[in-house]
Amino acid sequence: MIKQAFAICKKDFSSEIRTRYAINALLMFIIVVISIIKFSLGEEKLSSEMNAGILWIIIFFAASNGLSRVFVSEEERGTSLAIKLSAEAKSVLLGKLIFNTSLTFIINFFIIFLYIIITDLKISSIGLFLITIILGNFGLSSVMTIIAALISKASSKGTLYPVLSFPLLLPLLLASISATWLSIEGTAFSGISGELQIMVSYTIVVITASFLLFDLIWND
Amino acid sequence: MEGGEPKIRLTAVNLTKKFDRKIIFENISFELSAGSSLAITGKNGSGKSTLIKTLANVIEKSSGEINFYSDGSEVKKEHYYKHIGFVSPYLNLYDEFTGYENLKIISNIRGINGDNINNVLKKVGLYDRRGDLLKIYSSGMKQRLKIAFSILHNPLILLLDEPTSNLDSEGVRIVDEIANDYKKDRILIIATNDENEKSLCESEVNLDRGD
Ligand SMILES: Nc1ncnc2c1ncn2[C@@H]1O[C@H](COP(=O)(O)OP(=O)(O)O)[C@@H](O)[C@H]1O
Ligand SMILES: [Mg+2]
Repeated sequence: MIKQAFAICKKDFSSEIRTRYAINALLMFIIVVISIIKFSLGEEKLSSEMNAGILWIIIFFAASNGLSRVFVSEEERGTSLAIKLSAEAKSVLLGKLIFNTSLTFIINFFIIFLYIIITDLKISSIGLFLITIILGNFGLSSVMTIIAALISKASSKGTLYPVLSFPLLLPLLLASISATWLSIEGTAFSGISGELQIMVSYTIVVITASFLLFDLIWND
Repeated sequence: MEGGEPKIRLTAVNLTKKFDRKIIFENISFELSAGSSLAITGKNGSGKSTLIKTLANVIEKSSGEINFYSDGSEVKKEHYYKHIGFVSPYLNLYDEFTGYENLKIISNIRGINGDNINNVLKKVGLYDRRGDLLKIYSSGMKQRLKIAFSILHNPLILLLDEPTSNLDSEGVRIVDEIANDYKKDRILIIATNDENEKSLCESEVNLDRGD
């Protein structure tokens, strides 16, 4: 199952490299948004709280732009039948999960890197900041993956995505924003352990629910 | 396969499919074993494609039973894909990859080695065009690739939904050959209205309802 999942993930990466389906739109989005922030801020400095909020807003919208593609593009192009005939449902879900998680990491590190350079953001607890981003990434990509599977069957795919994912992601986003803010300020681990716990358990619940749900979604 | 349980068996009992409340087909029953073949016939919209997809386990039945035995033990639903080859008008492969790459990707996803790829490409007559992107394949070449896709893993059951659509006479001959080969010691099911395709099968279920 793991091997098959990696084969599906690898297929998605090769396909992305050939078609640039998601990446081009994503890069444009990220560069535009971060430039606008830079120009409107000028020399002003934002509070850590604002920085954390803005960072996660960019991450959220970039993710809902890019990650929805995984199931939707197979469904739209009629290739999902080829996958259905070649692998078990749980391998497919795992493969898409690995792909989306890797993509989230690439996109988000790019966003954060640009954001730090452009706004000259100083982060006091780098380690905790990284842990927060990593846990946030896992949560984000797992929710986005199962929602992508759900909406790939719906007729109004594009608009449904942010509408459905926002309420589901709210607990994760709130915990991530708060932990990001505190780590920029320079907190100790104990200061954000509550948030980190929420993020970990949230991700575990979402992934478990996804595996239970996916069979029903996949075979209509 | 001498005596005893046949090596492969596929049975359907009172198979029924509804979309919402609309009945597509009702109480379909048949029993097939190694060496038998079935034509699913009926006019356009009678449910042939739906029935064959249900057998391939890519859509859920509404009621009734499908059982599939191999070597005397029942095959789990989630493992059907290992033993079923399926050509369907609803099947598409990846435009951004070449014919060869598509089959290579499918082999990897199936977890089988790619030793068979060149063989099946030769069998469907696409070996010389294996390095071209699917984007520039003609519809007949795409249909041939779907046939290669369906036999790549040497399935026990071959399901063909209008397999010769878009094919030239050489393509039709290739399908005939593969179909004849499969019905010798495996199970062949064809959903069709084409007389030639129908004639490849020994038995027939007709989905037209008397109304
Ligand atoms: N996903 C679906 N939802 C609702 N109705 C469907 C769906 N798929 C097929 N049908 C209906 O089921 C009937 C049988 O379709 P199909 O199996 O494709 O017929 P055939 O292959 O015999 O031409 C048609 O009336 C079609 O409109
Ligand atoms: Mg049909």
